[in-house]
Amino acid sequence: MTTMREAFVRTVNDGIAQDPRIAVVTAVISSNEFPQENERVVDVGIREQTMVGVASGLALTGLRPVVHSYAPFLVERPYEQIKLDIGHQDVGAVFVSIGASYDDPVWGRTHQSPGDVALFDTLPGWTVHVPGHPDEVAPLLEQALQDDNRVYVRLSLHENTRAYPVGEGFTAVRHGKRGVVLAVGPMLDRVLKAVDSENADVTVLYAATVRPFDSDGLRRAVEETDHADVMVVEPYLEGTSSHLVSETLQQIPHRIRSTGVKRHAELRNYGTAEDHDAAHDLDVVGLGSAVRSFFRG
Amino acid sequence: MQRIPELFARMTGDEKHEWAAASTIDVLWVLYDRVLDVTPATADHPDRDRFLLSKGHGPMAYYAVLAEKGFIDESTLDDWTSWDSPLGQHPDRVLVRGAEISSGSLGHGLPIAVGTAIGQRIGKSRGRTFVLVGDGELDEGSNHEAIAVAARLGVANLTAIVIDNQSAMHGWPGGIARRFAVEGWQTAEVDGRDHDEIFAALSAPHDRPYAVVAKVERSY
Repeated sequence: MTTMREAFVRTVNDGIAQDPRIAVVTAVISSNEFPQENERVVDVGIREQTMVGVASGLALTGLRPVVHSYAPFLVERPYEQIKLDIGHQDVGAVFVSIGASYDDPVWGRTHQSPGDVALFDTLPGWTVHVPGHPDEVAPLLEQALQDDNRVYVRLSLHENTRAYPVGEGFTAVRHGKRGVVLAVGPMLDRVLKAVDSENADVTVLYAATVRPFDSDGLRRAVEETDHADVMVVEPYLEGTSSHLVSETLQQIPHRIRSTGVKRHAELRNYGTAEDHDAAHDLDVVGLGSAVRSFFRG
Repeated sequence: MQRIPELFARMTGDEKHEWAAASTIDVLWVLYDRVLDVTPATADHPDRDRFLLSKGHGPMAYYAVLAEKGFIDESTLDDWTSWDSPLGQHPDRVLVRGAEISSGSLGHGLPIAVGTAIGQRIGKSRGRTFVLVGDGELDEGSNHEAIAVAARLGVANLTAIVIDNQSAMHGWPGGIARRFAVEGWQTAEVDGRDHDEIFAALSAPHDRPYAVVAKVERSY
């Protein structure tokens, strides 16, 4: 069984071998997965600010840098470097994280990054992919390696049982009349189980790409239902995409229910990812409860 | 350099002598006049030398030199910092021809310079990277990440110029050059107002990253 991380490593190593534009910049984490003898593979030691700065410089000279680390050290620690060294310099790069919101909760808060997508959302021009299956990683990454834009790919240990085609906006995996549930990345399987358990007559959209946000796809799905009620299920900070749902539906009265990693408190608990899912009501029981209360009547 | 005061005054108004106090003016002039292999015609050429102004605060000297060397139209100096001027109090590379980076927030230029120098090496470019930082700017920890990385990775086509006007709040006991030397950089110290000294230092051969500390009078 291939993990998302393994699919990422394989795709990038193929890219390094085939495309002289591809470079990789790491800060120790995963560096042994890439051919260090290749001059386009640069490890800077445990120095995340310089990791992003070096990537910027490589991009300024025409290379296509892939920047990789554990999510909090890729996104949160060098956030200003992402804003200035990549965005403000007007260069492109492919940022790929592992760890997600709490893939390994025994490591505690320092290794959790539920705010990563919200942080990228503060910056213009970023494409954000949240694949839900390892087989979705290669096509998303292969496209990203060819382009010149700014891309964030959020990998997780948590995945759905099957992959969906990616790169074409939201995918309707189920149709109903009572409303729409938008499931992002690894949340899809749980959303489908929750909807089934509640016998909810709803459309379920699947998103492996959340930025750009497929407003047209969401609007079409809403138009085909009897109620403009949209529940968004994201594996990171709750409400991260709410503003885009509001913007999409600004011409019609609508309701939104945002679910995701809760914002109100820092959980000082270890345990398993499943424990944390339950604490954030992101397990099947919690999602079922949200579906039942939101789509009532 | 005789036109620099006039160009400077187009931004600063009547203060006739303000240009002379700019800590970077002499280094910038020597760089663009005698050291850098870059012209307006080669500003996008892969083999050009790249100059990264990391200390983007107080960019009048930089704009004056870019205007004098023909990278930017000197008429743009007159209404700098206005709404649709390409010239702000911090340079934006998207708006200023010849500006290799946008800067303003301290501690970004040196890490980026390590990247451009590595990129030049990967691209088999003849070009070198020069980056200018301030001694106060060196407070930012990102510089010290980059100082270590540049030497460990043997980035020999990189020169960092530190303008030392003793503006760092807590100083650098033992001197700035030592911070680079201990990491394996070649170093030199020059009088940052002496053009021949600056030129000699910036022209010296080096087979590892090179730091030139240009000392100028203390700023208050």
